[in-house]
Amino acid sequence: MANPDVAQLESIAREGRVQIIRMLTHAGSGHPGGSLSVIDLLTTLFFHRMRYDPKQPRWEDRDRFILSKGHCVPAQYFCMAKAGFFPMDRLITLRKLGSPLQGHPDRVALPGIEAATGSLGQGISVSVGMALGLKLSGKGARVYCVLGDGETQEGQVWESLMSAPKLGAPNHHLDNLCVILDYNGIQLDGFVKKILDLEPLTDKIKAFGWAVLEINGHDIAQVDKALDQAEATKGGPTFIVAHTIKGKGVSFMENDPEWHGKAPKPEEALRAIAEIAGTPAPAWVAPIVAEISAMVKK
Amino acid sequence: MAAKASRAAFGEALLELGAKDERIVTLDADLAKSTMTMGFAKKYPERAFDLGIAESGMIGVAAGLALTGHVPFACSFACFLVGRFETIRVSVAYTDAPVKLVGTHVGVAIGEDGYTQMGLEDVACLRSLPNIPIVQPADEIETRQAVAYAVEHAGPIYLRLTRQNLEPVHDAAYRFQFGKADVLRSGHDVSILATGGPVWNALEAARRLADEGIQAEVINVATIKPLDEETILRSASRTGHVVTVEDHSIHGGLGSAVAEMLGEVMPTPLKRIGVTTFGESGDYKGLYAKHGLDAVGIAGAVRKFLNR
Repeated sequence: MANPDVAQLESIAREGRVQIIRMLTHAGSGHPGGSLSVIDLLTTLFFHRMRYDPKQPRWEDRDRFILSKGHCVPAQYFCMAKAGFFPMDRLITLRKLGSPLQGHPDRVALPGIEAATGSLGQGISVSVGMALGLKLSGKGARVYCVLGDGETQEGQVWESLMSAPKLGAPNHHLDNLCVILDYNGIQLDGFVKKILDLEPLTDKIKAFGWAVLEINGHDIAQVDKALDQAEATKGGPTFIVAHTIKGKGVSFMENDPEWHGKAPKPEEALRAIAEIAGTPAPAWVAPIVAEISAMVKK
Repeated sequence: MAAKASRAAFGEALLELGAKDERIVTLDADLAKSTMTMGFAKKYPERAFDLGIAESGMIGVAAGLALTGHVPFACSFACFLVGRFETIRVSVAYTDAPVKLVGTHVGVAIGEDGYTQMGLEDVACLRSLPNIPIVQPADEIETRQAVAYAVEHAGPIYLRLTRQNLEPVHDAAYRFQFGKADVLRSGHDVSILATGGPVWNALEAARRLADEGIQAEVINVATIKPLDEETILRSASRTGHVVTVEDHSIHGGLGSAVAEMLGEVMPTPLKRIGVTTFGESGDYKGLYAKHGLDAVGIAGAVRKFLNR
């Protein structure tokens, strides 16, 4: 694939971060930390990698994206809106009664979502099944699954890690499957290392038979290069360990377990947005700041 | 027609359907020899996947296959399959992935293996999900047709199959209709609604009761969900007495479904026959006698119910 326009993708990711904060502030609940850690990965996937058609969400040859860590779906909703699956103004209906933007992904409610996730550990199994199904049908489409690190404590994840490198052999190896771990090191109750350490993770997953790559998940050029490598890898699936920072881009959220599952108050949102947007802020920031400022005054 | 386990009829039906329909794939969790998908796996090795003893993963993989246009039959013992309820709940039901869930070895009838291998709560669990129909055929001919129906059913569906042989209760002209209960024997004193393994026993109980002058109507409820309210209400309004019979926990199965429906629509005296305890090891006939699921037990319960 052609080299990405990194500056452009970074600009989309910056917009994504602001929209994540905006959505969660309106919703009054949700998961900022992991949404902010995963947004650079999703931006690269949605705007430089995956083949899909927002006007035909069920197009048979589309690449599949499954957010196994479904609680970070605000990041995906932003990407989908930006890509044209639905209007951007719908983002602030997140978690509201009647909205297809459910608190966790809902395939039936929102075309473009490939599987309901959020009950952790399941999305990777569904991704393995999709990769197998596409191979059996002779389709060239790829399957991208984003996994959480806390999620990786689930037994079902390890069932999939065991099965994927061997499933489909000898004629349908799942080299169309790429699992990306958003390794931000924090889960709801605290630090992953303290609660149930995954290490030595790379060794474990290699031992299971995966091609494993390790990258900085906020470096879009690195992310893209790894996705290139994954696509070039034949004979089995690829697992990308993307080291990330929980709450990335908002200094008071970064690396703090408190911000796993807590929405910012409007005042906090304004501080976060100012930080993300930088100076001078892009033109699209002003209306969002005005909107959230109005919430402060209430 | 000879007696045959519904799991065996399922395996044979799958083999036949698989020849015509390349979308059909099977998934197992190291029990393909027991769920009887082994015949399919031998004939179509590229379409049969043994995921190992990893049922949650198997169910998730089945969902992925279903969402990419295949018709996956995900099979295991009912207790192990539905035991992974959370994966069924989200990856299959809420996702609306048209997975064909097949739970075999249901009820105390599996016998000697004892409680841990008995599917006794599967119907209760799956009834709570809005979009998974539950079908439990009563004999070979019904099983074959139910499997064919499952392939065509647009969404997810659950088939509940027995380890033990089932005596035929239908003749060769029988046509299974999804969502319809079928009246196997007419009567005006009591309606016996039975499903799965004990259906033949219910018929036998009705024959015995007839000798005493009690005319029992026996209805085979193959589709437990959605319940055929029309057929059940028509019978219950005539007999005024309803007895349900199932090799499943008395909580949450056919008996509960019927009680809920009658309670709302037409309160009718009801006796539920089912399993009220954990299961245990033993011979199938002895277990059916102990739990009142054999003809003697069903007839006795009906007699007592009518004389109360």
